[in-house]
Amino acid sequence: MAPLISFENLTLGYERHPAVHHLTGEVREGTLLAICGPNGAGKSTLLKGITGVLAPLGGHIVRHGFDVHDIAYLPQGAEVDRSFPIDVYDLVSMGLWRRAGLFGGIGRADRARIAAALAEVGLEGFERRPIGTLSGGQLQRVLFARLVLQDARLILLDEPFTALDATTMTELLELVRRWHREGRTVLAVLHDFDLVRAVFPETLLLARRAVAWGPTAEALSPEKLKDAQHMGLAWRDDAAPCETAA
Amino acid sequence: MTPYEALLQPFVDFEFMRRALVGVFALALGAGPLGVFLMLRRMSLTGDAMSHAILPGAALGFLVAGLNLAAMTIGGLVVGLMVAVGAGVVARATELKEDASLAAFYLISLALGVVIVSARGSNLDLLHVLFGTVLGIDDATLLLIAAITTVTLIALAVIWRPLVLDCVDPTFLSSVSRVGGASHIAFLSLVVLNLVGGFHALGTLLAVGLMMLPAATARFFARDLTLLVALAMLIAFGSGAAGLLVSYHFGTPSGPSIILVAGLAYGLAVLFGPAGGLVSRLAPRRHLEA
Repeated sequence: MAPLISFENLTLGYERHPAVHHLTGEVREGTLLAICGPNGAGKSTLLKGITGVLAPLGGHIVRHGFDVHDIAYLPQGAEVDRSFPIDVYDLVSMGLWRRAGLFGGIGRADRARIAAALAEVGLEGFERRPIGTLSGGQLQRVLFARLVLQDARLILLDEPFTALDATTMTELLELVRRWHREGRTVLAVLHDFDLVRAVFPETLLLARRAVAWGPTAEALSPEKLKDAQHMGLAWRDDAAPCETAA
Repeated sequence: MTPYEALLQPFVDFEFMRRALVGVFALALGAGPLGVFLMLRRMSLTGDAMSHAILPGAALGFLVAGLNLAAMTIGGLVVGLMVAVGAGVVARATELKEDASLAAFYLISLALGVVIVSARGSNLDLLHVLFGTVLGIDDATLLLIAAITTVTLIALAVIWRPLVLDCVDPTFLSSVSRVGGASHIAFLSLVVLNLVGGFHALGTLLAVGLMMLPAATARFFARDLTLLVALAMLIAFGSGAAGLLVSYHFGTPSGPSIILVAGLAYGLAVLFGPAGGLVSRLAPRRHLEA
Protein backbone atom coordinates (compact mmCIF):
# COMPACT_ATOMS: atom_id res chain seq x y z
CA MET A 1 0.00 0.00 0.00
CA ALA A 2 1.17 3.53 -0.76
CA PRO A 3 2.17 5.79 2.14
CA LEU A 4 -0.54 8.22 3.28
CA ILE A 5 1.41 10.16 5.90
CA SER A 6 5.18 10.37 6.31
CA PHE A 7 6.92 11.75 9.39
CA GLU A 8 10.40 12.99 8.59
CA ASN A 9 12.46 13.58 11.71
CA LEU A 10 9.38 15.24 13.17
CA THR A 11 9.52 17.24 16.39
CA LEU A 12 6.33 18.70 17.83
CA GLY A 13 5.98 20.54 21.10
CA TYR A 14 5.10 23.54 23.16
CA GLU A 15 7.28 26.55 24.01
CA ARG A 16 10.35 24.85 22.45
CA HIS A 17 9.95 21.78 24.70
CA PRO A 18 9.48 18.70 22.53
CA ALA A 19 6.43 16.48 23.15
CA VAL A 20 7.15 14.30 20.12
CA HIS A 21 10.89 14.09 19.47
CA HIS A 22 12.56 13.15 16.16
CA LEU A 23 9.85 10.81 14.90
CA THR A 24 10.46 9.18 11.54
CA GLY A 25 8.19 6.70 9.81
CA GLU A 26 5.18 6.35 7.60
CA VAL A 27 1.55 5.35 7.82
CA ARG A 28 0.44 3.38 4.77
CA GLU A 29 -3.02 3.80 3.34
CA GLY A 30 -5.51 1.41 4.94
CA THR A 31 -3.57 0.99 8.19
CA LEU A 32 -5.40 0.46 11.46
CA LEU A 33 -2.89 1.90 13.89
CA ALA A 34 -3.10 2.18 17.67
CA ILE A 35 -1.03 4.89 19.34
CA CYS A 36 -0.14 3.94 22.91
CA GLY A 37 2.10 5.32 25.62
CA PRO A 38 2.05 6.87 29.08
CA ASN A 39 0.27 10.16 29.80
CA GLY A 40 2.27 13.05 28.43
CA ALA A 41 3.99 10.86 25.84
CA GLY A 42 2.92 13.06 22.92
CA LYS A 43 0.04 10.97 21.55
CA SER A 44 -2.53 13.78 21.28
CA THR A 45 0.21 16.15 20.18
CA LEU A 46 1.01 13.85 17.25
CA LEU A 47 -2.65 13.88 16.14
CA LYS A 48 -2.72 17.69 16.40
CA GLY A 49 0.37 17.78 14.24
CA ILE A 50 -1.28 15.60 11.60
CA THR A 51 -4.38 17.85 11.54
CA GLY A 52 -2.16 20.89 11.13
CA VAL A 53 -3.39 22.56 14.33
CA LEU A 54 0.15 22.41 15.68
CA ALA A 55 3.08 23.41 13.46
CA PRO A 56 6.24 21.26 13.77
CA LEU A 57 9.17 22.62 15.80
CA GLY A 58 11.38 20.65 13.43
CA GLY A 59 11.16 18.14 10.60
CA HIS A 60 8.14 17.55 8.40
CA ILE A 61 4.80 15.84 8.10
CA VAL A 62 4.07 14.92 4.49
CA ARG A 63 0.41 14.38 3.68
CA HIS A 64 0.22 12.35 0.47
CA GLY A 65 -2.63 13.51 -1.72
CA PHE A 66 -4.97 14.95 0.88
CA ASP A 67 -5.62 18.24 2.63
CA VAL A 68 -5.75 18.78 6.41
CA HIS A 69 -9.45 19.56 6.01
CA ASP A 70 -10.11 16.10 4.53
CA ILE A 71 -9.29 14.45 7.86
CA ALA A 72 -12.06 13.27 10.17
CA TYR A 73 -10.72 14.11 13.63
CA LEU A 74 -12.31 13.30 16.97
CA PRO A 75 -10.37 15.17 19.66
CA GLN A 76 -10.07 13.95 23.22
CA GLY A 77 -13.11 14.97 25.28
CA ALA A 78 -14.48 16.89 22.27
CA GLU A 79 -15.26 20.49 23.17
CA VAL A 80 -18.92 20.49 22.25
CA ASP A 81 -20.90 23.31 23.89
CA ARG A 82 -23.79 21.22 25.14
CA SER A 83 -25.83 24.23 26.22
CA PHE A 84 -26.17 25.34 22.59
CA PRO A 85 -29.74 24.92 21.31
CA ILE A 86 -29.12 22.40 18.56
CA ASP A 87 -30.50 18.89 18.14
CA VAL A 88 -28.80 15.60 17.35
CA TYR A 89 -29.87 15.61 13.71
CA ASP A 90 -28.41 19.05 12.98
CA LEU A 91 -25.15 18.32 14.80
CA VAL A 92 -24.67 15.05 12.93
CA SER A 93 -25.50 16.64 9.57
CA MET A 94 -22.51 18.98 10.06
CA GLY A 95 -20.48 15.95 9.01
CA LEU A 96 -21.55 16.78 5.46
CA TRP A 97 -19.64 20.08 5.61
CA ARG A 98 -17.03 19.16 3.00
CA ARG A 99 -19.84 18.29 0.60
CA ALA A 100 -22.40 20.99 1.46
CA GLY A 101 -20.16 23.86 2.63
CA LEU A 102 -21.71 27.24 3.36
CA PHE A 103 -24.76 27.02 1.14
CA GLY A 104 -25.13 23.51 -0.27
CA GLY A 105 -28.56 22.06 0.36
CA ILE A 106 -29.12 18.81 2.16
CA GLY A 107 -31.09 16.71 -0.31
CA ARG A 108 -32.99 13.47 -0.18
CA ALA A 109 -29.85 11.35 -0.61
CA ASP A 110 -28.11 13.26 2.18
CA ARG A 111 -31.05 12.78 4.50
CA ALA A 112 -30.90 9.07 3.84
CA ARG A 113 -27.18 9.09 4.67
CA ILE A 114 -27.83 10.98 7.91
CA ALA A 115 -30.55 8.50 8.88
CA ALA A 116 -28.22 5.59 8.06
CA ALA A 117 -25.38 7.10 10.11
CA LEU A 118 -27.70 7.59 13.10
CA ALA A 119 -28.94 4.00 12.77
CA GLU A 120 -25.37 2.76 12.62
CA VAL A 121 -24.53 4.24 16.01
CA GLY A 122 -27.86 3.10 17.48
CA LEU A 123 -29.45 6.54 17.79
CA GLU A 124 -32.71 6.11 15.87
CA GLY A 125 -35.40 8.12 17.61
CA PHE A 126 -32.88 10.64 18.98
CA GLU A 127 -33.03 12.96 15.93
CA ARG A 128 -34.82 15.83 17.63
CA ARG A 129 -33.22 15.50 21.06
CA PRO A 130 -31.34 18.68 22.11
CA ILE A 131 -27.68 17.76 22.60
CA GLY A 132 -27.81 19.13 26.15
CA THR A 133 -30.03 16.21 27.19
CA LEU A 134 -27.67 13.45 26.04
CA SER A 135 -25.50 11.30 28.28
CA GLY A 136 -21.75 11.21 27.71
CA GLY A 137 -21.96 7.90 25.85
CA GLN A 138 -24.83 9.08 23.69
CA LEU A 139 -22.90 12.22 22.75
CA GLN A 140 -19.94 10.07 21.77
CA ARG A 141 -22.27 8.06 19.51
CA VAL A 142 -23.45 11.32 17.95
CA LEU A 143 -19.86 12.33 17.24
CA PHE A 144 -19.18 8.92 15.68
CA ALA A 145 -22.23 9.34 13.42
CA ARG A 146 -20.75 12.66 12.31
CA LEU A 147 -17.43 10.91 11.57
CA VAL A 148 -19.35 8.39 9.44
CA LEU A 149 -20.86 11.22 7.39
CA GLN A 150 -17.48 12.87 6.90
CA ASP A 151 -16.63 9.87 4.74
CA ALA A 152 -12.89 10.54 5.14
CA ARG A 153 -9.89 8.53 3.97
CA LEU A 154 -8.07 9.30 7.20
CA ILE A 155 -9.77 9.12 10.60
CA LEU A 156 -8.04 10.23 13.82
CA LEU A 157 -9.54 9.21 17.16
CA ASP A 158 -8.14 10.55 20.44
CA GLU A 159 -9.14 8.26 23.33
CA PRO A 160 -12.51 7.60 21.72
CA PHE A 161 -13.69 4.96 24.22
CA THR A 162 -12.88 6.65 27.51
CA ALA A 163 -15.73 6.45 30.05
CA LEU A 164 -18.02 4.40 27.80
CA ASP A 165 -19.98 1.33 28.91
CA ALA A 166 -19.16 -2.06 27.38
CA THR A 167 -22.08 -2.07 24.92
CA THR A 168 -21.35 1.38 23.56
CA MET A 169 -17.68 0.56 23.24
CA THR A 170 -18.35 -2.70 21.41
CA GLU A 171 -20.71 -1.01 18.96
CA LEU A 172 -18.39 1.91 18.23
CA LEU A 173 -15.47 -0.47 17.91
CA GLU A 174 -17.41 -2.40 15.28
CA LEU A 175 -17.64 0.84 13.34
CA VAL A 176 -13.85 1.24 13.53
CA ARG A 177 -13.41 -2.32 12.20
CA ARG A 178 -15.76 -1.55 9.34
CA TRP A 179 -13.80 1.57 8.43
CA HIS A 180 -10.72 -0.63 8.32
CA ARG A 181 -12.46 -3.15 6.03
CA GLU A 182 -13.49 -0.29 3.75
CA GLY A 183 -9.83 0.56 3.30
CA ARG A 184 -9.85 3.76 5.37
CA THR A 185 -6.82 4.65 7.44
CA VAL A 186 -7.59 4.88 11.17
CA LEU A 187 -5.23 6.15 13.89
CA ALA A 188 -6.53 5.80 17.43
CA VAL A 189 -4.97 6.88 20.72
CA LEU A 190 -5.81 4.14 23.24
CA HIS A 191 -4.86 3.03 26.76
CA ASP A 192 -6.53 -0.38 26.87
CA PHE A 193 -3.77 -2.79 25.77
CA ASP A 194 -6.12 -5.81 25.67
CA LEU A 195 -8.37 -3.94 23.28
CA VAL A 196 -5.43 -2.89 21.14
CA ARG A 197 -4.08 -6.45 20.97
CA ALA A 198 -7.51 -7.78 20.00
CA VAL A 199 -8.36 -5.26 17.30
CA PHE A 200 -5.37 -3.26 16.09
CA PRO A 201 -2.84 -5.03 13.84
CA GLU A 202 -0.23 -2.28 14.19
CA THR A 203 0.86 -0.13 17.14
CA LEU A 204 3.06 2.89 17.66
CA LEU A 205 4.36 2.95 21.22
CA LEU A 206 5.24 6.54 21.96
CA ALA A 207 7.13 8.05 24.87
CA ARG A 208 8.11 11.36 23.32
CA ARG A 209 10.16 9.34 20.82
CA ALA A 210 8.95 6.16 19.14
CA VAL A 211 9.81 3.29 21.52
CA ALA A 212 8.38 0.77 19.06
CA TRP A 213 6.39 0.87 15.85
CA GLY A 214 5.21 -2.31 14.19
CA PRO A 215 2.98 -5.35 14.67
CA THR A 216 1.05 -4.93 17.90
CA ALA A 217 2.34 -8.10 19.60
CA GLU A 218 5.93 -6.89 19.25
CA ALA A 219 5.29 -3.22 19.96
CA LEU A 220 3.43 -4.01 23.18
CA SER A 221 5.88 -6.66 24.42
CA PRO A 222 6.77 -6.43 28.15
CA GLU A 223 10.27 -5.10 27.42
CA LYS A 224 9.04 -2.32 25.16
CA LEU A 225 6.35 -1.32 27.64
CA LYS A 226 8.97 -1.18 30.37
CA ASP A 227 11.14 1.03 28.16
CA ALA A 228 8.22 3.37 27.58
CA GLN A 229 7.51 3.55 31.33
CA HIS A 230 11.01 4.70 32.10
CA MET A 231 11.34 7.46 29.58
CA GLY A 232 11.70 10.80 31.34
CA LEU A 233 8.81 12.97 30.21
CA ALA A 234 9.31 16.03 32.42
CA TRP A 235 10.33 19.36 30.93
CA ARG A 236 13.69 20.53 32.12
CA ASP A 237 14.12 24.28 32.38
CA ASP A 238 17.85 23.90 31.96
CA ALA A 239 17.53 21.71 28.84
CA ALA A 240 20.02 22.68 26.16
CA PRO A 241 18.95 23.25 22.55
CA CYS A 242 18.67 19.85 20.82
CA GLU A 243 21.72 19.11 18.66
CA THR A 244 20.34 16.08 16.78
CA ALA A 245 20.64 16.71 13.05
CA ALA A 246 17.40 18.16 11.74
CA MET B 1 -58.76 56.58 27.18
CA THR B 2 -59.97 54.09 24.56
CA PRO B 3 -57.64 51.34 23.31
CA TYR B 4 -57.52 53.21 20.01
CA GLU B 5 -56.31 56.38 21.70
CA ALA B 6 -53.83 54.45 23.78
CA LEU B 7 -52.32 52.22 21.12
CA LEU B 8 -52.94 53.56 17.63
CA GLN B 9 -53.76 57.24 17.65
CA PRO B 10 -50.24 58.43 18.49
CA PHE B 11 -48.96 56.71 15.35
CA VAL B 12 -51.88 57.86 13.20
CA ASP B 13 -51.61 61.47 14.27
CA PHE B 14 -47.88 62.04 14.33
CA GLU B 15 -45.38 61.38 11.63
CA PHE B 16 -42.44 61.36 14.04
CA MET B 17 -44.07 58.46 15.87
CA ARG B 18 -44.48 56.53 12.63
CA ARG B 19 -40.86 57.12 11.69
CA ALA B 20 -39.74 56.01 15.13
CA LEU B 21 -41.87 52.87 14.80
CA VAL B 22 -40.34 51.96 11.44
CA GLY B 23 -36.89 52.72 12.87
CA VAL B 24 -37.25 50.38 15.85
CA PHE B 25 -38.77 47.73 13.58
CA ALA B 26 -35.71 47.78 11.33
CA LEU B 27 -33.37 47.81 14.33
CA ALA B 28 -35.22 44.87 15.89
CA LEU B 29 -34.79 42.73 12.76
CA GLY B 30 -31.01 43.08 12.85
CA ALA B 31 -30.40 43.33 16.58
CA GLY B 32 -32.55 40.29 17.46
CA PRO B 33 -30.46 37.59 15.78
CA LEU B 34 -27.15 39.30 16.60
CA GLY B 35 -28.12 39.38 20.27
CA VAL B 36 -28.99 35.68 20.20
CA PHE B 37 -25.57 34.78 18.79
CA LEU B 38 -23.77 37.09 21.21
CA MET B 39 -25.58 35.35 24.05
CA LEU B 40 -24.91 31.83 22.75
CA ARG B 41 -21.24 32.64 22.22
CA ARG B 42 -21.05 33.89 25.83
CA MET B 43 -20.28 37.35 24.47
CA SER B 44 -23.24 39.15 26.06
CA LEU B 45 -20.97 41.80 27.50
CA THR B 46 -19.03 42.20 24.28
CA GLY B 47 -21.92 44.14 22.76
CA ASP B 48 -21.80 46.50 25.71
CA ALA B 49 -18.06 46.96 25.38
CA MET B 50 -18.38 47.60 21.65
CA SER B 51 -21.08 50.18 22.25
CA HIS B 52 -18.66 52.11 24.45
CA ALA B 53 -15.92 51.63 21.90
CA ILE B 54 -17.74 53.43 19.09
CA LEU B 55 -18.13 56.59 21.18
CA PRO B 56 -14.86 58.31 20.20
CA GLY B 57 -15.56 57.67 16.53
CA ALA B 58 -19.00 59.24 16.78
CA ALA B 59 -17.50 62.05 18.86
CA LEU B 60 -14.77 62.69 16.29
CA GLY B 61 -17.38 62.88 13.56
CA PHE B 62 -19.33 65.25 15.77
CA LEU B 63 -16.23 67.36 16.38
CA VAL B 64 -15.53 67.66 12.68
CA ALA B 65 -19.01 68.14 11.30
CA GLY B 66 -21.38 68.77 14.21
CA LEU B 67 -24.56 66.71 14.46
CA ASN B 68 -23.99 65.24 11.04
CA LEU B 69 -25.33 61.75 10.28
CA ALA B 70 -22.70 60.64 7.80
CA ALA B 71 -19.71 61.93 9.77
CA MET B 72 -20.83 60.35 13.05
CA THR B 73 -21.73 57.07 11.36
CA ILE B 74 -18.44 56.73 9.54
CA GLY B 75 -16.49 57.75 12.65
CA GLY B 76 -18.33 55.22 14.81
CA LEU B 77 -17.93 52.49 12.23
CA VAL B 78 -14.22 53.01 11.71
CA VAL B 79 -13.34 53.16 15.40
CA GLY B 80 -15.69 50.28 16.26
CA LEU B 81 -14.12 48.02 13.64
CA MET B 82 -10.63 49.05 14.72
CA VAL B 83 -11.39 48.07 18.29
CA ALA B 84 -13.06 44.79 17.26
CA VAL B 85 -10.25 43.76 14.94
CA GLY B 86 -7.52 45.08 17.25
CA ALA B 87 -8.87 43.13 20.20
CA GLY B 88 -9.25 40.03 18.01
CA VAL B 89 -5.69 40.28 16.72
CA VAL B 90 -4.21 40.79 20.19
CA ALA B 91 -6.23 37.79 21.44
CA ARG B 92 -5.05 35.50 18.64
CA ALA B 93 -1.45 36.69 18.41
CA THR B 94 -0.58 36.93 22.13
CA GLU B 95 -1.25 35.10 25.39
CA LEU B 96 -4.05 37.51 26.36
CA LYS B 97 -7.62 36.19 26.05
CA GLU B 98 -10.18 38.02 23.95
CA ASP B 99 -12.26 39.40 26.86
CA ALA B 100 -9.24 41.00 28.51
CA SER B 101 -7.92 42.54 25.30
CA LEU B 102 -11.37 43.83 24.39
CA ALA B 103 -11.74 45.39 27.85
CA ALA B 104 -8.42 47.18 27.39
CA PHE B 105 -9.33 48.47 23.96
CA TYR B 106 -12.82 49.67 24.78
CA LEU B 107 -11.81 51.44 28.00
CA ILE B 108 -9.13 53.38 26.17
CA SER B 109 -11.62 54.13 23.43
CA LEU B 110 -14.33 55.27 25.86
CA ALA B 111 -12.00 57.61 27.76
CA LEU B 112 -10.84 59.08 24.48
CA GLY B 113 -14.44 59.58 23.42
CA VAL B 114 -15.40 61.50 26.55
CA VAL B 115 -12.33 63.72 26.20
CA ILE B 116 -13.22 64.45 22.57
CA VAL B 117 -16.87 65.20 23.34
CA SER B 118 -15.97 67.57 26.16
CA ALA B 119 -13.38 69.34 23.98
CA ARG B 120 -16.25 70.96 22.17
CA GLY B 121 -19.99 70.73 22.52
CA SER B 122 -22.20 71.32 25.53
CA ASN B 123 -23.60 68.66 27.85
CA LEU B 124 -26.75 68.58 25.75
CA ASP B 125 -24.80 67.32 22.73
CA LEU B 126 -23.16 64.66 24.87
CA LEU B 127 -26.59 63.52 26.02
CA HIS B 128 -27.66 63.24 22.41
CA VAL B 129 -24.72 61.01 21.52
CA LEU B 130 -25.13 58.89 24.63
CA PHE B 131 -28.89 58.47 24.56
CA GLY B 132 -30.03 59.13 20.98
CA THR B 133 -33.25 60.66 19.76
CA VAL B 134 -35.58 58.03 18.39
CA LEU B 135 -38.33 60.66 18.04
CA GLY B 136 -36.09 62.80 15.86
CA ILE B 137 -35.28 60.20 13.21
CA ASP B 138 -35.22 61.81 9.76
CA ASP B 139 -35.39 60.17 6.33
CA ALA B 140 -31.63 59.84 5.98
CA THR B 141 -31.31 58.08 9.35
CA LEU B 142 -34.22 55.80 8.53
CA LEU B 143 -32.60 54.83 5.25
CA LEU B 144 -29.30 54.22 7.01
CA ILE B 145 -30.90 51.93 9.58
CA ALA B 146 -32.84 50.06 6.90
CA ALA B 147 -29.72 49.59 4.82
CA ILE B 148 -27.77 48.30 7.81
CA THR B 149 -30.55 45.84 8.62
CA THR B 150 -30.64 44.59 5.03
CA VAL B 151 -26.89 44.05 4.97
CA THR B 152 -27.08 42.34 8.36
CA LEU B 153 -29.76 39.86 7.39
CA ILE B 154 -28.03 38.92 4.13
CA ALA B 155 -24.64 38.58 5.80
CA LEU B 156 -26.11 36.48 8.60
CA ALA B 157 -27.61 34.11 6.03
CA VAL B 158 -24.17 33.75 4.45
CA ILE B 159 -22.24 33.05 7.67
CA TRP B 160 -25.03 31.17 9.47
CA ARG B 161 -23.50 27.67 9.32
CA PRO B 162 -19.96 28.57 10.39
CA LEU B 163 -21.39 30.86 13.08
CA VAL B 164 -23.48 28.04 14.56
CA LEU B 165 -20.65 25.54 14.26
CA ASP B 166 -18.12 27.94 15.76
CA CYS B 167 -20.37 28.11 18.84
CA VAL B 168 -21.17 24.40 19.18
CA ASP B 169 -17.90 22.79 18.22
CA PRO B 170 -15.09 25.17 17.19
CA THR B 171 -12.50 22.39 17.01
CA PHE B 172 -14.62 20.54 14.47
CA LEU B 173 -15.13 23.67 12.37
CA SER B 174 -11.42 24.36 12.22
CA SER B 175 -10.80 20.71 11.31
CA VAL B 176 -13.03 20.87 8.22
CA SER B 177 -12.66 24.47 7.09
CA ARG B 178 -10.78 27.70 7.65
CA VAL B 179 -13.80 30.01 7.44
CA GLY B 180 -14.16 30.13 11.25
CA GLY B 181 -11.91 33.16 11.75
CA ALA B 182 -13.41 35.09 8.85
CA SER B 183 -16.96 34.45 9.99
CA HIS B 184 -16.06 35.60 13.52
CA ILE B 185 -14.69 38.90 12.21
CA ALA B 186 -17.72 39.31 9.93
CA PHE B 187 -19.99 38.71 12.91
CA LEU B 188 -18.21 41.30 15.06
CA SER B 189 -18.42 43.79 12.18
CA LEU B 190 -22.17 43.24 12.01
CA VAL B 191 -22.42 43.95 15.73
CA VAL B 192 -20.53 47.21 15.26
CA LEU B 193 -22.65 48.12 12.24
CA ASN B 194 -25.89 47.60 14.14
CA LEU B 195 -24.68 49.47 17.19
CA VAL B 196 -23.81 52.41 14.96
CA GLY B 197 -27.27 52.18 13.38
CA GLY B 198 -28.81 51.93 16.82
CA PHE B 199 -27.02 54.87 18.36
CA HIS B 200 -28.84 57.39 16.21
CA ALA B 201 -32.10 56.11 17.63
CA LEU B 202 -31.18 54.90 21.10
CA GLY B 203 -27.74 56.36 21.74
CA THR B 204 -24.45 54.51 22.04
CA LEU B 205 -25.15 53.23 25.53
CA LEU B 206 -28.64 51.87 24.97
CA ALA B 207 -28.30 50.51 21.42
CA VAL B 208 -26.96 47.29 22.88
CA GLY B 209 -30.08 46.95 25.03
CA LEU B 210 -32.24 46.14 22.03
CA MET B 211 -29.76 43.36 21.21
CA MET B 212 -29.25 41.65 24.53
CA LEU B 213 -32.51 42.00 26.46
CA PRO B 214 -34.78 40.41 23.81
CA ALA B 215 -32.23 37.63 23.23
CA ALA B 216 -32.01 36.84 26.94
CA THR B 217 -35.81 36.99 27.20
CA ALA B 218 -36.30 34.63 24.26
CA ARG B 219 -34.01 32.06 25.91
CA PHE B 220 -36.74 31.45 28.51
CA PHE B 221 -39.25 30.50 25.82
CA ALA B 222 -37.37 28.55 23.16
CA ARG B 223 -34.81 25.75 23.01
CA ASP B 224 -34.49 25.90 19.24
CA LEU B 225 -32.17 28.32 17.47
CA THR B 226 -34.54 29.38 14.68
CA LEU B 227 -37.32 29.97 17.17
CA LEU B 228 -34.94 31.90 19.44
CA VAL B 229 -34.01 34.26 16.63
CA ALA B 230 -37.62 34.82 15.53
CA LEU B 231 -38.73 35.42 19.12
CA ALA B 232 -35.88 37.84 19.80
CA MET B 233 -36.87 39.90 16.74
CA LEU B 234 -40.50 39.90 17.85
CA ILE B 235 -39.72 40.85 21.44
CA ALA B 236 -37.36 43.61 20.30
CA PHE B 237 -40.01 45.05 18.03
CA GLY B 238 -42.75 44.72 20.65
CA SER B 239 -40.56 46.49 23.21
CA GLY B 240 -39.84 49.22 20.67
CA ALA B 241 -43.49 49.85 19.90
CA ALA B 242 -44.58 49.66 23.56
CA GLY B 243 -41.66 51.84 24.65
CA LEU B 244 -42.62 54.53 22.15
CA LEU B 245 -46.19 54.55 23.49
CA VAL B 246 -45.01 54.77 27.09
CA SER B 247 -42.74 57.62 26.12
CA TYR B 248 -45.60 59.37 24.31
CA HIS B 249 -48.18 59.03 27.06
CA PHE B 250 -45.96 59.65 30.07
CA GLY B 251 -43.45 62.04 28.59
CA THR B 252 -40.48 59.82 29.46
CA PRO B 253 -37.35 59.83 27.28
CA SER B 254 -37.96 57.47 24.36
CA GLY B 255 -34.73 55.44 24.23
CA PRO B 256 -34.67 54.48 27.90
CA SER B 257 -38.43 53.79 27.78
CA ILE B 258 -37.91 51.21 25.03
CA ILE B 259 -35.13 49.50 26.94
CA LEU B 260 -37.16 49.55 30.17
CA VAL B 261 -40.07 47.83 28.45
CA ALA B 262 -37.62 45.22 27.12
CA GLY B 263 -36.31 44.94 30.69
CA LEU B 264 -39.84 44.37 31.98
CA ALA B 265 -40.33 41.57 29.44
CA TYR B 266 -37.03 40.08 30.59
CA GLY B 267 -38.11 40.22 34.23
CA LEU B 268 -41.38 38.45 33.47
CA ALA B 269 -39.52 35.81 31.45
CA VAL B 270 -37.09 35.14 34.31
CA LEU B 271 -40.08 34.51 36.57
CA PHE B 272 -42.55 32.75 34.30
CA GLY B 273 -40.57 31.54 31.26
CA PRO B 274 -41.44 27.90 30.54
CA ALA B 275 -37.90 27.01 29.44
CA GLY B 276 -36.04 27.21 32.74
CA GLY B 277 -37.79 30.18 34.38
CA LEU B 278 -37.93 30.44 38.18
CA VAL B 279 -41.54 29.31 38.58
CA SER B 280 -41.08 26.29 36.30
CA ARG B 281 -38.09 25.30 38.43
CA LEU B 282 -39.69 25.85 41.82
CA ALA B 283 -43.00 24.21 40.93
CA PRO B 284 -42.12 21.54 38.39
CA ARG B 285 -44.84 19.50 36.70
CA ARG B 286 -45.03 15.75 37.33
CA HIS B 287 -42.37 13.69 35.64
CA LEU B 288 -43.16 11.49 32.64
CA GLU B 289 -42.99 7.73 32.33
CA ALA B 290 -40.22 7.64 29.73
